[in-house]
Amino acid sequence: MTLTQQRKLKTLLVGLASWCVALLLFFPIFWMFITSFKTELQAISVPPQLFFEPTLENFTVVQERSDYLKHAWNSVVTSFGATILALIIAIPAAYSMAFFPGKRTKDILLWMLSTKMLPAVGVLVPIYILSRDYGLLDSKLGLVIIFTLMNLPIIVWMLFSYFKDLPKEILEAARMDGATPWDEMIKVVLPLSVGGIASTGLLSIVLCWNEAFWSLNLTASEAAPLTAMIASYSSPEGLFWAKLSAASTLACAPIVIFGWFCQKQLVQGLTFGAVK
Amino acid sequence: MKRSITRLLMAPSVLLLLAWMLVPLSMTIYFSTINYNLLYPGRNNFVGWMNFEFFITDPGFWIAISNTLILLISVLLITVVLGVALSALIDKPFFGRNVVRVLLISPFFIMPTVNALIWKNMMMNPVYGIFAWISQSFGLEPIDWLSDYPLMSIIIMVSWQWLPFAILVFVTALQSQDTEQKEAAQMDGANGWHIFRYLTVPHLARPIAVVVMIETIFLLAVFAEIYVSTGGGPGYDSTNIAYLIYNQALLQYDVGVASAGGLFAVLLANIVAFFLIRAVGKNLTV
Repeated sequence: MTLTQQRKLKTLLVGLASWCVALLLFFPIFWMFITSFKTELQAISVPPQLFFEPTLENFTVVQERSDYLKHAWNSVVTSFGATILALIIAIPAAYSMAFFPGKRTKDILLWMLSTKMLPAVGVLVPIYILSRDYGLLDSKLGLVIIFTLMNLPIIVWMLFSYFKDLPKEILEAARMDGATPWDEMIKVVLPLSVGGIASTGLLSIVLCWNEAFWSLNLTASEAAPLTAMIASYSSPEGLFWAKLSAASTLACAPIVIFGWFCQKQLVQGLTFGAVK
Repeated sequence: MKRSITRLLMAPSVLLLLAWMLVPLSMTIYFSTINYNLLYPGRNNFVGWMNFEFFITDPGFWIAISNTLILLISVLLITVVLGVALSALIDKPFFGRNVVRVLLISPFFIMPTVNALIWKNMMMNPVYGIFAWISQSFGLEPIDWLSDYPLMSIIIMVSWQWLPFAILVFVTALQSQDTEQKEAAQMDGANGWHIFRYLTVPHLARPIAVVVMIETIFLLAVFAEIYVSTGGGPGYDSTNIAYLIYNQALLQYDVGVASAGGLFAVLLANIVAFFLIRAVGKNLTV
């Protein structure tokens, strides 16, 4: 065998191995997807059926039984609402830390990150009681507030690492022209970092969409987002796998597709720009 | 003048986070010292350390602590080791690499409740699940995963969710690896393993630190997977600290004991965070 042949064979083997692993890891999602088009009987048949006549009935049943659209709307409102709110609060902070760093900037950043280390369950009781007392239990507003605070440290960090990479000369030029810090932020920094802000927002939306601890504990029928709606399908009685799959497919599809498109930005985001 | 403006810009974030941290935490500390059960209102007398005693002597306490740590360490090991191996595997171009990437990262976007339901029902069900079918095809007795290996089942579910994240980060990091260095090593007669061991792994030190830190934040708080699949059982076999406290607070309405438990969770997280933030903080450029 010549060297090129050897190399080709190696590429082929690596490719095959990668495909096998990828298909294996993706299999549960694939299976959920095709099960959502089965009848309940086909869904639990042994051996599992790969070929069958697809039906859309499960999707209509899910909509009727648990009002999918309402919960999807709750998910959209809470994740977008919390993301926008958190960006508005975080942008000025990240801006001032990136461009006017003081002695304590690093400490403040690490402290913010450490609030993420505070386990949610440690404050579950007070948050539950406060929400109850202020009428925020099972309300979208309550979830938006919690999600905002929950993601704020990560958002500040991400924006900080984007802003830090902007060329300082542009800002100095603006300052020479007599721009105030506020002008600088609105007119110079924001337009230059649209990409960074967008990927920060994307990450925050994914995290909110899939958040399950607070949404399970603080919402009931009214404000429950999709994560909580799906949990209601965990009841042990009866095997509704086809309907469960249909509901799950509907709940995950938007964010999975969303994620496919912005995987690169998400890495940068989740690693605070430490990995490029 | 400039100073005051920058402070003003930072104030909302800092104050909100301070409130988010201090208000619930001080309430938790207060609740943990009083007798407070939602079923018996109006008997909120001071009880000192009793709630803590009660929580520590709960038969599930030590099991929950060890389960929390086992879960954390197992998932970290699985995701980092497999993540490094798989990202090295897909680092070089091959047919359909982009599709493979998309397939590999998809589990990360599946919400935890759905993750648990897919695995619990369609994969691990001892009668109709895929695993059962595979065992039977080989003439083996199907395993009842959730009853017989509850903690391992949770570890599988959570690892499945976080492995893609590790792969994604490592793949991104590998792209910035110096190819010239690799070629030079090859010229000098280094084989694939040597290059992997002495060039690739050191290059990944920082991404690994980042992955460990981010995953730890989320893994200490695993809740939905347990809530949906095993319910912490059988017995306490798959109960972690988060689930144990949830059990006290919302199922037994005992706010006092749950708060004491919450403080233990905070303590545990702080011990872990102390080491982590020190180790990783050095690695993050500020």
